[in-house]
Amino acid sequence: MTRERMLRIAAPLVVAAMLLGAWQAIVVAYDVPSYLVPSPSRIARAMVEDRALLAASLGVTTGIALTALALAIVAGVAVALLFAQSRLIEASLLPYAIVLQVTPIVAIAPLIIIWVHDTRLALVLCATVVAIFPIISNTSLGLRSVDPGLADLFRMSRASRWQTLVRLRVPSALPYFFAGLRVSSGLALIGAVVAEFVAGTGGQGAGLAYQILLAGIQLNVPRLFAALVLITLAGIVLYIVVSAIATRALAHWHESEVPPG
Amino acid sequence: MDRRHRQGRAGDSIGSAPAVAIAGAAKTYPNGTRALCPVTFDVAAGEFVALLGPSGCGKTTLLRMAAGLIAPSEGSLRWWGRARPPFDDPQRKLAMVFQSPTLMPWARVDANARLPLDLAEVARPQADAAVSDALGVVGLADVAHRYPRELSGGMQMRVSIARALTVAPALLLMDEPFAALDEFTRHKLDDDLAALWRGRGLTVLFVTHSIQEAVYLATRVVVMAARPGRIVADVAIDTPQPRSAAFRGSAEFAALCARIGALASGSLR
Repeated sequence: MTRERMLRIAAPLVVAAMLLGAWQAIVVAYDVPSYLVPSPSRIARAMVEDRALLAASLGVTTGIALTALALAIVAGVAVALLFAQSRLIEASLLPYAIVLQVTPIVAIAPLIIIWVHDTRLALVLCATVVAIFPIISNTSLGLRSVDPGLADLFRMSRASRWQTLVRLRVPSALPYFFAGLRVSSGLALIGAVVAEFVAGTGGQGAGLAYQILLAGIQLNVPRLFAALVLITLAGIVLYIVVSAIATRALAHWHESEVPPG
Repeated sequence: MDRRHRQGRAGDSIGSAPAVAIAGAAKTYPNGTRALCPVTFDVAAGEFVALLGPSGCGKTTLLRMAAGLIAPSEGSLRWWGRARPPFDDPQRKLAMVFQSPTLMPWARVDANARLPLDLAEVARPQADAAVSDALGVVGLADVAHRYPRELSGGMQMRVSIARALTVAPALLLMDEPFAALDEFTRHKLDDDLAALWRGRGLTVLFVTHSIQEAVYLATRVVVMAARPGRIVADVAIDTPQPRSAAFRGSAEFAALCARIGALASGSLR
């Protein structure tokens, strides 16, 4: 591992340790009650004590987010490929994709939950609606961002539409797709949490959002923080995984992923 | 008319028909911009014709017409006596080399060079043989498995030329291919291109804005002027081949450059 990489990993950890240390010191020094601001050690204890409950909820929330992300990838790429077929199709349908994007999920989630009987499916659909737009817009931009010289070369070689799509447009779109995917991975998780807040589902299929709602009502603030930390960690892990996939796919050729030096 | 006569006997006279014959071709874009006034000239088989002119003289437009990428708004073009570019004739392939290397960054050098053959669905062993031959010709056999970004600008341009050579083109169209390179690399590639043209019996239509490059390479220099784009002179360069670096330093070279420079700027018209 190079010195620079060590620094990039160590420096944020040092900052985190300092902030957590200060937090702990202030809470202990001023004797802040844990139902207002729990100390980091109190949150850690809540995480250990409630691990069965929290792990189950984490599973539910990440399950919904990942399903929604997969659905957003499949549907988003399909829509982008459709847009790439003709300007007319794109011009006719893009406004509706934008409508989907600008309508707040909290406003349409109740409708989806009323219409779709299966709650889990309803939550997945809400999260998909939130996550899909960056994939549609980035991928369709990428499919159009083709080197004009290469496009000429394909025309001179009498390439079929299919050849042009597979050999030129799809590879050209990959960096754009991955940029969209990074944004969408975070949005899928946010969508899953927001939709669950609206749905307020409890019981067996309770996700982290429900645990936060419930802990808030019960003034169990340490558990609320613990759930919050898990959502954040899940988002970070998802981002790291998506970034690693993008690096793997693009590292040998695209500027965004080529290692420096 | 001579051209019509040829067309009537296309079968037996195809060998003598020009590789590309441009007859009164002009281009006006739909917004009214006149990119090119009617121009007429032929590129005979085996010639190395340089299209020389400043920016905006329509030389790239003319080259794109010769490639069959755009249609003239007036006049016509013929390829070996036929009204359409011979896309499906394996004996009369067109190939184009662009201003920038225009390589696929995600594909290795050999896959880039193989692209026209892959698109034509040429069988893999045959295509690979053509690619290794072409990469050998441009001196890149040992970087076949590298990615374009690992190569210098000059090497990338060589890949672009190799890609054009894989189809064994009967007419090679080049759009200021070396304009972005440093002078040392450009001179080297000029010499390599001249050797290729002689060795493979190519026909080349070469767009450039460099008087020296046009005089050094071409058997004929077609001089163009801008606003409106038109041909102002058509000068044969009779200096025998092969030409060497010594030609660049000769009085003959300087005189030719001065004459063509004067034609280009209009003072001898």
